[in-house]
Amino acid sequence: MSAVVPGARRALVLPRWRPGAVPALIAAIVLALLLLAALWPSLIAPGSPTATDARAGTLPPDSAHWFGTDRSGRDVFTRVVHGAGASLGLGLGATGLALVAGGLLGALAGLAPRRVDGVLARAVDVLMALPEFLVALLLIAILGPGTGSVLVAVALAAVPAYARVARVRTQQLARSAFVESALVLGQRPWKRVLRHVLPNLLGPLLTMAALGLGTAIVSAAGLGFLGLGATPPAPEWGVLLSEGRNLLGTAWWVAVFPGAAITVSVVCASVLGRWLGGRR
Amino acid sequence: MLVVLWGAATLAFLALQLVPGDPVDTILGVDAQVGEQTRDRVREELGLGLPAWLRYLQYLGGLLVGDLGTSYQARQPVAEVIGSAVAPTLQLAAAALGLAVLLALIGTVLSRGALRGVVSAVELVAASTPTFWSGLLLITVFSFGLGWFPVIATRDASSLVLPALTLAIPVAAILGQVLREGLDAAAAEPFALTVRARGAGPLRLLGHTLRHAGVGTLALAGYLLGSLLGGAVLVETVFGRAGLGRMVLTAILNRDLPVVMALVVLSGLVFAVLSQVADLGARALDPRLRDGTSG
Repeated sequence: MSAVVPGARRALVLPRWRPGAVPALIAAIVLALLLLAALWPSLIAPGSPTATDARAGTLPPDSAHWFGTDRSGRDVFTRVVHGAGASLGLGLGATGLALVAGGLLGALAGLAPRRVDGVLARAVDVLMALPEFLVALLLIAILGPGTGSVLVAVALAAVPAYARVARVRTQQLARSAFVESALVLGQRPWKRVLRHVLPNLLGPLLTMAALGLGTAIVSAAGLGFLGLGATPPAPEWGVLLSEGRNLLGTAWWVAVFPGAAITVSVVCASVLGRWLGGRR
Repeated sequence: MLVVLWGAATLAFLALQLVPGDPVDTILGVDAQVGEQTRDRVREELGLGLPAWLRYLQYLGGLLVGDLGTSYQARQPVAEVIGSAVAPTLQLAAAALGLAVLLALIGTVLSRGALRGVVSAVELVAASTPTFWSGLLLITVFSFGLGWFPVIATRDASSLVLPALTLAIPVAAILGQVLREGLDAAAAEPFALTVRARGAGPLRLLGHTLRHAGVGTLALAGYLLGSLLGGAVLVETVFGRAGLGRMVLTAILNRDLPVVMALVVLSGLVFAVLSQVADLGARALDPRLRDGTSG
Protein backbone atom coordinates (compact mmCIF):
# COMPACT_ATOMS: atom_id res chain seq x y z
CA MET A 1 0.00 0.00 0.00
CA SER A 2 2.79 2.38 0.85
CA ALA A 3 4.04 2.07 -2.69
CA VAL A 4 0.77 3.47 -3.94
CA VAL A 5 0.05 6.25 -1.50
CA PRO A 6 3.00 8.47 -0.56
CA GLY A 7 3.14 9.20 3.14
CA ALA A 8 1.02 6.20 4.03
CA ARG A 9 1.59 4.21 7.17
CA ARG A 10 5.20 3.40 7.78
CA ALA A 11 5.25 4.50 11.35
CA LEU A 12 7.29 1.83 13.03
CA VAL A 13 9.36 0.49 10.16
CA LEU A 14 13.05 0.77 10.98
CA PRO A 15 15.54 1.88 8.33
CA ARG A 16 17.06 -1.02 6.39
CA TRP A 17 20.22 -2.53 7.77
CA ARG A 18 23.46 -1.21 6.25
CA PRO A 19 27.10 -1.34 7.35
CA GLY A 20 26.83 2.41 8.03
CA ALA A 21 24.47 1.62 10.88
CA VAL A 22 27.26 0.29 13.12
CA PRO A 23 27.42 3.46 15.26
CA ALA A 24 23.65 3.28 15.70
CA LEU A 25 23.95 -0.36 16.78
CA ILE A 26 26.65 0.48 19.31
CA ALA A 27 24.52 3.37 20.59
CA ALA A 28 21.54 1.05 20.95
CA ILE A 29 23.60 -1.47 22.92
CA VAL A 30 24.96 1.21 25.26
CA LEU A 31 21.47 2.60 25.77
CA ALA A 32 20.19 -0.90 26.53
CA LEU A 33 22.92 -1.28 29.18
CA LEU A 34 21.98 2.10 30.64
CA LEU A 35 18.33 1.05 30.70
CA LEU A 36 19.34 -2.14 32.49
CA ALA A 37 21.10 0.03 35.08
CA ALA A 38 17.99 2.18 35.34
CA LEU A 39 15.61 -0.73 35.83
CA TRP A 40 17.72 -3.12 37.93
CA PRO A 41 20.66 -1.11 39.30
CA SER A 42 21.50 -3.76 41.91
CA LEU A 43 22.37 -6.25 39.16
CA ILE A 44 25.30 -4.06 38.13
CA ALA A 45 26.19 -2.38 41.42
CA PRO A 46 24.98 -4.48 44.36
CA GLY A 47 25.99 -2.01 47.10
CA SER A 48 23.82 0.73 48.54
CA PRO A 49 24.13 4.13 46.82
CA THR A 50 23.71 5.98 50.08
CA ALA A 51 25.81 3.82 52.43
CA THR A 52 28.56 5.96 53.93
CA ASP A 53 31.96 4.74 55.11
CA ALA A 54 33.90 7.24 57.18
CA ARG A 55 37.22 5.41 56.65
CA ALA A 56 36.93 5.42 52.87
CA GLY A 57 36.34 9.13 52.16
CA THR A 58 37.48 10.71 48.83
CA LEU A 59 39.42 7.66 47.62
CA PRO A 60 40.63 7.89 44.02
CA PRO A 61 39.40 5.27 41.53
CA ASP A 62 40.92 1.80 42.06
CA SER A 63 39.88 -1.83 41.68
CA ALA A 64 37.59 -1.73 44.74
CA HIS A 65 35.94 1.58 43.85
CA TRP A 66 35.97 1.92 40.06
CA PHE A 67 34.92 5.55 40.11
CA GLY A 68 36.40 6.36 43.56
CA THR A 69 34.44 7.50 46.60
CA ASP A 70 33.02 10.85 47.65
CA ARG A 71 33.64 12.78 50.84
CA SER A 72 31.45 10.57 53.02
CA GLY A 73 32.89 7.40 51.53
CA ARG A 74 29.97 6.57 49.23
CA ASP A 75 30.98 4.59 46.16
CA VAL A 76 30.65 6.85 43.10
CA PHE A 77 30.18 3.93 40.67
CA THR A 78 27.24 2.63 42.72
CA ARG A 79 25.75 6.10 42.88
CA VAL A 80 26.10 6.66 39.14
CA VAL A 81 24.49 3.28 38.37
CA HIS A 82 21.64 3.88 40.79
CA GLY A 83 21.24 7.42 39.44
CA ALA A 84 20.45 6.09 35.98
CA GLY A 85 16.90 5.32 37.05
CA ALA A 86 16.14 8.85 38.13
CA SER A 87 17.96 10.61 35.28
CA LEU A 88 16.93 8.40 32.39
CA GLY A 89 13.46 8.03 33.89
CA LEU A 90 13.07 11.79 33.94
CA GLY A 91 14.37 12.08 30.38
CA LEU A 92 12.21 9.27 29.01
CA GLY A 93 9.16 10.28 31.03
CA ALA A 94 9.37 13.92 30.01
CA THR A 95 9.96 13.01 26.36
CA GLY A 96 7.02 10.59 26.38
CA LEU A 97 4.73 13.14 27.99
CA ALA A 98 5.81 15.83 25.56
CA LEU A 99 5.33 13.50 22.60
CA VAL A 100 1.81 12.51 23.58
CA ALA A 101 0.69 15.97 24.65
CA GLY A 102 2.37 17.74 21.73
CA GLY A 103 1.18 15.14 19.23
CA LEU A 104 -2.43 15.38 20.34
CA LEU A 105 -2.35 19.16 20.54
CA GLY A 106 -0.79 19.41 17.09
CA ALA A 107 -3.23 16.92 15.57
CA LEU A 108 -6.17 18.78 17.07
CA ALA A 109 -4.86 22.12 15.85
CA GLY A 110 -4.27 20.68 12.40
CA LEU A 111 -7.83 19.41 12.14
CA ALA A 112 -9.56 22.24 14.00
CA PRO A 113 -11.41 25.07 12.26
CA ARG A 114 -9.07 27.69 10.91
CA ARG A 115 -9.65 30.21 13.69
CA VAL A 116 -8.88 27.77 16.52
CA ASP A 117 -5.87 26.51 14.60
CA GLY A 118 -4.62 30.07 14.16
CA VAL A 119 -4.76 30.80 17.88
CA LEU A 120 -3.01 27.54 18.77
CA ALA A 121 -0.34 28.04 16.12
CA ARG A 122 0.43 31.55 17.37
CA ALA A 123 0.60 30.27 20.97
CA VAL A 124 3.12 27.66 19.88
CA ASP A 125 5.10 30.33 18.04
CA VAL A 126 5.30 32.43 21.20
CA LEU A 127 6.45 29.47 23.28
CA MET A 128 9.02 28.53 20.65
CA ALA A 129 10.38 32.06 20.89
CA LEU A 130 11.45 31.43 24.47
CA PRO A 131 14.49 29.28 25.20
CA GLU A 132 13.32 25.82 26.27
CA PHE A 133 15.42 25.88 29.40
CA LEU A 134 13.98 29.25 30.42
CA VAL A 135 10.42 27.92 29.98
CA ALA A 136 11.34 24.95 32.17
CA LEU A 137 12.75 27.33 34.79
CA LEU A 138 9.57 29.44 34.69
CA LEU A 139 7.49 26.31 35.20
CA ILE A 140 9.66 25.28 38.15
CA ALA A 141 9.06 28.74 39.59
CA ILE A 142 5.33 28.03 39.41
CA LEU A 143 5.40 24.41 40.53
CA GLY A 144 8.15 24.72 43.12
CA PRO A 145 11.31 22.55 43.15
CA GLY A 146 11.11 18.75 43.19
CA THR A 147 11.48 15.70 40.96
CA GLY A 148 7.84 15.79 39.85
CA SER A 149 8.13 19.46 38.91
CA VAL A 150 11.26 18.74 36.87
CA LEU A 151 9.40 16.03 34.94
CA VAL A 152 6.45 18.28 34.17
CA ALA A 153 8.59 21.35 33.45
CA VAL A 154 10.92 19.58 31.01
CA ALA A 155 7.96 17.90 29.31
CA LEU A 156 5.88 21.06 28.93
CA ALA A 157 8.87 23.03 27.69
CA ALA A 158 9.26 20.53 24.86
CA VAL A 159 5.56 20.30 23.95
CA PRO A 160 5.53 23.24 21.47
CA ALA A 161 8.21 21.65 19.26
CA TYR A 162 6.24 18.39 18.96
CA ALA A 163 2.96 20.23 18.49
CA ARG A 164 4.41 22.22 15.61
CA VAL A 165 5.62 19.14 13.74
CA ALA A 166 2.39 17.24 14.45
CA ARG A 167 0.27 20.15 13.22
CA VAL A 168 2.05 20.52 9.90
CA ARG A 169 2.07 16.78 9.32
CA THR A 170 -1.64 16.50 10.20
CA GLN A 171 -2.51 19.19 7.71
CA GLN A 172 -0.57 17.35 5.02
CA LEU A 173 -2.26 14.10 5.94
CA ALA A 174 -5.73 15.59 6.01
CA ARG A 175 -5.25 16.66 2.40
CA SER A 176 -3.71 13.38 1.28
CA ALA A 177 -5.53 10.98 -0.98
CA PHE A 178 -5.95 8.08 1.41
CA VAL A 179 -7.55 10.20 4.12
CA GLU A 180 -9.85 11.72 1.55
CA SER A 181 -10.84 8.30 0.29
CA ALA A 182 -11.67 7.32 3.88
CA LEU A 183 -13.89 10.38 3.95
CA VAL A 184 -15.55 9.37 0.72
CA LEU A 185 -16.05 5.85 2.01
CA GLY A 186 -18.04 7.39 4.83
CA GLN A 187 -15.70 6.70 7.72
CA ARG A 188 -16.59 8.60 10.87
CA PRO A 189 -14.31 11.58 11.69
CA TRP A 190 -12.97 10.21 14.98
CA LYS A 191 -12.22 6.89 13.39
CA ARG A 192 -10.45 8.62 10.56
CA VAL A 193 -8.24 10.42 13.05
CA LEU A 194 -7.52 7.30 15.08
CA ARG A 195 -7.00 5.03 12.11
CA HIS A 196 -5.22 7.25 9.59
CA VAL A 197 -3.87 10.43 11.11
CA LEU A 198 -2.41 9.45 14.48
CA PRO A 199 -0.54 6.33 13.29
CA ASN A 200 1.08 8.36 10.55
CA LEU A 201 2.12 11.04 13.01
CA LEU A 202 3.95 8.50 15.11
CA GLY A 203 6.90 8.02 12.76
CA PRO A 204 8.10 11.64 12.54
CA LEU A 205 7.32 12.25 16.21
CA LEU A 206 9.25 9.19 17.36
CA THR A 207 12.27 10.29 15.32
CA MET A 208 11.99 13.69 16.94
CA ALA A 209 11.66 12.09 20.36
CA ALA A 210 14.87 10.10 19.90
CA LEU A 211 16.69 13.38 19.29
CA GLY A 212 14.71 15.18 21.98
CA LEU A 213 15.54 12.52 24.57
CA GLY A 214 19.08 13.86 24.82
CA THR A 215 17.87 17.40 25.39
CA ALA A 216 15.41 16.19 28.01
CA ILE A 217 18.09 14.26 29.88
CA VAL A 218 20.41 17.29 29.87
CA SER A 219 17.64 19.68 30.94
CA ALA A 220 16.51 17.42 33.77
CA ALA A 221 20.07 16.91 34.98
CA GLY A 222 20.69 20.64 34.65
CA LEU A 223 17.71 21.44 36.86
CA GLY A 224 18.96 18.82 39.31
CA PHE A 225 22.40 20.43 39.21
CA LEU A 226 20.85 23.80 40.04
CA GLY A 227 19.21 22.25 43.10
CA LEU A 228 15.68 22.45 41.70
CA GLY A 229 15.09 18.70 41.36
CA ALA A 230 15.83 15.67 43.50
CA THR A 231 17.02 16.30 47.05
CA PRO A 232 20.72 15.59 47.72
CA PRO A 233 21.14 12.14 49.23
CA ALA A 234 19.26 10.73 46.21
CA PRO A 235 21.69 9.66 43.46
CA GLU A 236 20.42 11.68 40.50
CA TRP A 237 23.14 12.57 37.96
CA GLY A 238 22.62 16.32 38.16
CA VAL A 239 22.67 16.22 41.96
CA LEU A 240 25.85 14.10 41.87
CA LEU A 241 27.51 16.70 39.67
CA SER A 242 26.63 19.54 41.99
CA GLU A 243 28.03 17.56 44.92
CA GLY A 244 31.19 16.95 42.94
CA ARG A 245 31.54 20.63 42.05
CA ASN A 246 32.68 21.46 45.58
CA LEU A 247 35.32 18.72 45.53
CA LEU A 248 36.90 19.53 42.15
CA GLY A 249 40.22 20.61 43.67
CA THR A 250 40.64 17.47 45.75
CA ALA A 251 38.55 14.73 44.11
CA TRP A 252 37.87 15.25 40.39
CA TRP A 253 36.32 11.81 40.02
CA VAL A 254 33.21 12.67 42.04
CA ALA A 255 32.02 15.10 39.35
CA VAL A 256 33.65 13.63 36.25
CA PHE A 257 31.94 10.23 36.17
CA PRO A 258 28.29 11.30 36.61
CA GLY A 259 28.83 13.92 33.90
CA ALA A 260 30.35 11.30 31.63
CA ALA A 261 27.24 9.17 32.17
CA ILE A 262 25.04 12.07 31.04
CA THR A 263 27.19 12.78 28.00
CA VAL A 264 27.33 9.11 26.94
CA SER A 265 23.53 8.81 27.20
CA VAL A 266 22.99 11.94 25.15
CA VAL A 267 25.52 10.99 22.47
CA CYS A 268 23.90 7.55 22.12
CA ALA A 269 20.42 9.03 21.94
CA SER A 270 21.53 11.49 19.23
CA VAL A 271 23.29 8.80 17.16
CA LEU A 272 20.20 6.60 17.34
CA GLY A 273 17.89 9.51 16.63
CA ARG A 274 19.84 10.60 13.56
CA TRP A 275 19.85 7.06 12.23
CA LEU A 276 16.09 6.80 12.71
CA GLY A 277 15.75 10.18 11.04
CA GLY A 278 17.62 8.76 8.08
CA ARG A 279 20.39 11.31 8.12
CA ARG A 280 23.12 8.69 8.25
CA MET B 1 6.97 40.55 16.41
CA LEU B 2 4.50 42.38 18.64
CA VAL B 3 2.48 39.18 18.97
CA VAL B 4 5.49 37.39 20.38
CA LEU B 5 6.03 40.15 22.92
CA TRP B 6 2.39 40.31 23.92
CA GLY B 7 2.30 36.51 24.17
CA ALA B 8 5.38 36.42 26.34
CA ALA B 9 3.94 39.11 28.61
CA THR B 10 0.61 37.28 28.88
CA LEU B 11 2.37 34.01 29.60
CA ALA B 12 4.40 35.68 32.31
CA PHE B 13 1.29 37.25 33.83
CA LEU B 14 -0.55 33.92 33.77
CA ALA B 15 2.42 32.31 35.47
CA LEU B 16 2.22 34.87 38.23
CA GLN B 17 -1.47 34.09 38.73
CA LEU B 18 -0.80 30.37 38.89
CA VAL B 19 1.83 30.53 41.59
CA PRO B 20 0.37 29.14 44.79
CA GLY B 21 0.78 31.03 48.03
CA ASP B 22 0.41 34.62 49.04
CA PRO B 23 2.89 37.08 47.49
CA VAL B 24 2.77 38.99 50.75
CA ASP B 25 4.48 36.02 52.42
CA THR B 26 7.26 36.26 49.84
CA ILE B 27 7.69 39.95 50.45
CA LEU B 28 7.62 39.96 54.23
CA GLY B 29 8.98 36.46 54.78
CA VAL B 30 6.77 33.55 55.80
CA ASP B 31 7.59 33.84 59.49
CA ALA B 32 7.25 37.62 59.66
CA GLN B 33 5.48 38.64 62.86
CA VAL B 34 3.22 41.28 61.41
CA GLY B 35 -0.38 42.10 61.98
CA GLU B 36 -3.13 41.73 59.44
CA GLN B 37 -3.02 45.52 59.04
CA THR B 38 0.52 45.57 57.69
CA ARG B 39 -0.27 42.75 55.33
CA ASP B 40 -3.27 44.63 54.01
CA ARG B 41 -1.14 47.72 53.49
CA VAL B 42 1.43 45.79 51.46
CA ARG B 43 -1.34 44.17 49.46
CA GLU B 44 -2.82 47.56 48.70
CA GLU B 45 0.55 49.04 47.74
CA LEU B 46 0.95 46.32 45.14
CA GLY B 47 -2.63 46.56 44.00
CA LEU B 48 -3.17 42.89 44.75
CA GLY B 49 -6.74 43.52 45.83
CA LEU B 50 -7.79 44.55 42.34
CA PRO B 51 -9.42 42.05 39.99
CA ALA B 52 -7.05 40.08 37.77
CA TRP B 53 -8.10 41.64 34.45
CA LEU B 54 -7.44 45.13 35.78
CA ARG B 55 -4.01 44.13 37.04
CA TYR B 56 -3.34 42.53 33.66
CA LEU B 57 -4.15 45.79 31.88
CA GLN B 58 -2.06 47.73 34.39
CA TYR B 59 0.79 45.31 33.83
CA LEU B 60 0.62 45.62 30.03
CA GLY B 61 0.36 49.40 30.33
CA GLY B 62 3.41 49.41 32.57
CA LEU B 63 5.36 47.36 30.04
CA LEU B 64 4.54 49.85 27.31
CA VAL B 65 6.26 52.62 29.24
CA GLY B 66 9.12 50.34 30.28
CA ASP B 67 7.89 49.60 33.80
CA LEU B 68 8.64 45.96 34.58
CA GLY B 69 7.20 45.98 38.08
CA THR B 70 8.81 45.79 41.50
CA SER B 71 10.92 42.96 42.82
CA TYR B 72 9.34 41.29 45.86
CA GLN B 73 12.70 40.52 47.35
CA ALA B 74 14.78 43.61 46.67
CA ARG B 75 11.85 46.05 46.93
CA GLN B 76 13.38 47.83 43.93
CA PRO B 77 12.10 48.32 40.40
CA VAL B 78 12.81 45.15 38.43
CA ALA B 79 14.45 47.19 35.68
CA GLU B 80 17.14 48.32 38.16
CA VAL B 81 17.65 44.81 39.51
CA ILE B 82 18.09 43.44 36.01
CA GLY B 83 20.20 46.36 34.86
CA SER B 84 22.74 45.66 37.57
CA ALA B 85 23.18 42.06 36.42
CA VAL B 86 23.07 42.47 32.68
CA ALA B 87 26.67 43.51 31.98
CA PRO B 88 28.52 40.33 33.06
CA THR B 89 26.06 38.10 31.19
CA LEU B 90 26.33 40.19 28.03
CA GLN B 91 30.12 39.98 28.28
CA LEU B 92 29.91 36.23 28.71
CA ALA B 93 27.43 35.71 25.88
CA ALA B 94 29.34 37.97 23.47
CA ALA B 95 32.66 36.28 24.22
CA ALA B 96 31.03 32.86 23.86
CA LEU B 97 29.39 33.77 20.55
CA GLY B 98 32.68 35.08 19.15
CA LEU B 99 34.51 31.94 20.24
CA ALA B 100 31.75 29.73 18.86
CA VAL B 101 31.87 31.34 15.42
CA LEU B 102 35.66 31.03 15.41
CA LEU B 103 35.53 27.35 16.43
CA ALA B 104 32.80 26.59 13.89
CA LEU B 105 34.83 28.17 11.09
CA ILE B 106 37.95 26.26 12.12
CA GLY B 107 35.93 23.06 12.14
CA THR B 108 34.53 23.86 8.70
CA VAL B 109 37.97 24.48 7.23
CA LEU B 110 39.38 21.32 8.82
CA SER B 111 36.48 19.21 7.58
CA ARG B 112 37.38 20.13 3.97
CA GLY B 113 40.26 17.68 4.20
CA ALA B 114 40.60 14.12 5.40
CA LEU B 115 39.47 15.02 8.89
CA ARG B 116 35.80 15.17 7.97
CA GLY B 117 34.74 12.14 10.01
CA VAL B 118 36.76 13.28 13.00
CA VAL B 119 35.28 16.77 12.90
CA SER B 120 31.72 15.51 12.73
CA ALA B 121 32.32 13.07 15.60
CA VAL B 122 33.81 15.86 17.71
CA GLU B 123 30.84 18.05 16.85
CA LEU B 124 28.43 15.33 17.93
CA VAL B 125 30.12 14.90 21.30
CA ALA B 126 30.46 18.66 21.77
CA ALA B 127 26.78 19.21 21.05
CA SER B 128 25.84 16.45 23.50
CA THR B 129 28.04 17.50 26.41
CA PRO B 130 26.11 19.39 29.06
CA THR B 131 27.73 22.74 29.85
CA PHE B 132 27.59 22.06 33.57
CA TRP B 133 29.91 19.12 33.00
CA SER B 134 32.29 20.54 30.40
CA GLY B 135 32.69 23.58 32.65
CA LEU B 136 33.69 21.40 35.59
CA LEU B 137 36.13 19.48 33.35
CA LEU B 138 37.73 22.72 32.16
CA ILE B 139 38.07 23.93 35.76
CA THR B 140 39.64 20.62 36.78
CA VAL B 141 42.20 20.66 34.00
CA PHE B 142 43.02 24.34 33.52
CA SER B 143 42.42 25.81 36.97
CA PHE B 144 43.28 23.03 39.40
CA GLY B 145 45.55 21.00 37.13
CA LEU B 146 47.54 23.56 35.17
CA GLY B 147 46.71 26.67 37.18
CA TRP B 148 46.33 28.81 34.05
CA PHE B 149 43.04 30.43 35.00
CA PRO B 150 41.52 31.47 38.34
CA VAL B 151 39.07 29.01 39.93
CA ILE B 152 36.63 31.62 41.11
CA ALA B 153 35.40 34.62 39.18
CA THR B 154 37.45 37.78 39.54
CA ARG B 155 37.28 41.13 37.78
CA ASP B 156 40.19 39.98 35.67
CA ALA B 157 39.54 39.19 32.01
CA SER B 158 41.27 35.83 32.45
CA SER B 159 38.33 34.59 34.51
CA LEU B 160 36.09 35.07 31.48
CA VAL B 161 38.01 32.58 29.33
CA LEU B 162 36.76 29.29 30.77
CA PRO B 163 33.08 30.26 31.17
CA ALA B 164 32.98 31.67 27.64
CA LEU B 165 34.64 28.54 26.26
CA THR B 166 32.18 26.33 28.16
CA LEU B 167 29.22 28.21 26.77
CA ALA B 168 30.75 28.29 23.28
CA ILE B 169 31.36 24.55 22.88
CA PRO B 170 27.78 23.32 22.22
CA VAL B 171 26.93 26.46 20.24
CA ALA B 172 30.00 25.99 18.04
CA ALA B 173 29.04 22.37 17.41
CA ILE B 174 25.53 23.21 16.21
CA LEU B 175 26.78 26.18 14.22
CA GLY B 176 29.45 24.03 12.60
CA GLN B 177 26.99 21.30 11.62
CA VAL B 178 24.56 23.71 10.00
CA LEU B 179 27.32 25.66 8.30
CA ARG B 180 28.86 22.50 6.86
CA GLU B 181 25.53 21.20 5.59
CA GLY B 182 24.84 24.60 4.01
CA LEU B 183 28.26 24.66 2.35
CA ASP B 184 27.83 21.15 0.97
CA ALA B 185 24.40 22.01 -0.40
CA ALA B 186 25.74 25.18 -2.02
CA ALA B 187 28.77 23.38 -3.46
CA ALA B 188 26.43 20.91 -5.19
CA GLU B 189 24.55 23.66 -7.01
CA PRO B 190 25.23 24.52 -10.65
CA PHE B 191 26.70 27.93 -9.84
CA ALA B 192 29.48 26.26 -7.86
CA LEU B 193 30.39 24.27 -10.95
CA THR B 194 30.48 27.50 -12.95
CA VAL B 195 32.78 29.08 -10.39
CA ARG B 196 35.08 26.07 -10.48
CA ALA B 197 34.99 26.02 -14.28
CA ARG B 198 36.27 29.59 -14.25
CA GLY B 199 39.33 28.18 -12.51
CA ALA B 200 38.63 29.25 -8.94
CA GLY B 201 40.44 27.33 -6.20
CA PRO B 202 38.75 25.88 -3.13
CA LEU B 203 39.23 29.11 -1.19
CA ARG B 204 37.57 31.28 -3.87
CA LEU B 205 34.75 28.76 -4.03
CA LEU B 206 34.35 28.96 -0.26
CA GLY B 207 33.94 32.71 -0.64
CA HIS B 208 30.93 32.04 -2.86
CA THR B 209 29.35 29.15 -0.99
CA LEU B 210 29.83 30.75 2.43
CA ARG B 211 27.34 33.40 1.44
CA HIS B 212 24.75 30.73 0.66
CA ALA B 213 25.43 28.79 3.84
CA GLY B 214 25.22 32.01 5.82
CA VAL B 215 21.51 32.39 5.06
CA GLY B 216 20.71 29.03 6.63
CA THR B 217 22.95 29.76 9.58
CA LEU B 218 21.18 33.04 10.25
CA ALA B 219 17.95 31.12 10.73
CA LEU B 220 19.63 29.61 13.78
CA ALA B 221 19.94 32.98 15.50
CA GLY B 222 16.94 32.40 17.75
CA TYR B 223 18.12 28.95 18.73
CA LEU B 224 21.59 30.27 19.48
CA LEU B 225 20.17 33.02 21.66
CA GLY B 226 18.29 30.36 23.61
CA SER B 227 21.41 28.28 24.13
CA LEU B 228 23.36 31.30 25.25
CA LEU B 229 20.69 32.61 27.66
CA GLY B 230 19.64 29.20 28.97
CA GLY B 231 23.26 28.12 29.15
CA ALA B 232 24.17 31.25 31.10
CA VAL B 233 22.07 30.06 34.05
CA LEU B 234 24.13 26.88 34.30
CA VAL B 235 27.53 28.30 33.35
CA GLU B 236 27.22 31.14 35.82
CA THR B 237 26.37 28.65 38.55
CA VAL B 238 29.29 26.39 37.63
CA PHE B 239 31.79 29.24 37.72
CA GLY B 240 30.16 31.23 40.53
CA ARG B 241 29.85 34.29 38.29
CA ALA B 242 27.34 37.05 38.93
CA GLY B 243 24.87 37.79 36.15
CA LEU B 244 21.37 37.38 34.78
CA GLY B 245 21.48 33.60 34.99
CA ARG B 246 22.30 33.60 38.68
CA MET B 247 19.70 36.27 39.24
CA VAL B 248 16.92 34.27 37.63
CA LEU B 249 17.90 31.24 39.69
CA THR B 250 17.81 33.22 42.94
CA ALA B 251 14.51 34.77 41.90
CA ILE B 252 13.02 31.33 41.27
CA LEU B 253 14.24 29.93 44.57
CA ASN B 254 12.87 32.97 46.42
CA ARG B 255 9.65 33.00 44.39
CA ASP B 256 10.41 36.55 43.31
CA LEU B 257 8.06 36.27 40.36
CA PRO B 258 8.19 39.84 39.01
CA VAL B 259 11.89 39.36 38.26
CA VAL B 260 11.28 36.00 36.56
CA MET B 261 8.42 37.47 34.53
CA ALA B 262 10.48 40.42 33.43
CA LEU B 263 13.21 38.09 32.20
CA VAL B 264 10.67 36.08 30.21
CA VAL B 265 9.36 39.26 28.59
CA LEU B 266 12.88 40.50 27.92
CA SER B 267 13.97 37.27 26.32
CA GLY B 268 10.86 37.40 24.15
CA LEU B 269 11.84 40.94 23.15
CA VAL B 270 15.41 39.98 22.35
CA PHE B 271 14.19 37.03 20.31
CA ALA B 272 11.76 39.18 18.34
CA VAL B 273 14.39 41.82 17.60
CA LEU B 274 16.93 39.16 16.70
CA SER B 275 14.56 37.44 14.25
CA GLN B 276 14.01 40.76 12.50
CA VAL B 277 17.73 41.40 12.33
CA ALA B 278 18.34 37.86 11.07
CA ASP B 279 15.66 38.43 8.44
CA LEU B 280 17.32 41.61 7.28
CA GLY B 281 20.68 39.84 7.29
CA ALA B 282 19.28 37.03 5.16
CA ARG B 283 17.91 39.58 2.69
CA ALA B 284 21.28 41.28 2.52
CA LEU B 285 22.97 37.96 1.78
CA ASP B 286 20.38 36.51 -0.57
CA PRO B 287 18.99 38.83 -3.27
CA ARG B 288 16.24 36.33 -4.06
CA LEU B 289 14.58 37.10 -0.73
CA ARG B 290 14.45 40.83 -1.45
CA ASP B 291 11.77 41.11 -4.09
CA GLY B 292 9.45 38.62 -2.46
CA THR B 293 9.72 36.05 -5.25
CA SER B 294 11.61 33.29 -3.57
CA GLY B 295 13.59 31.19 -6.00
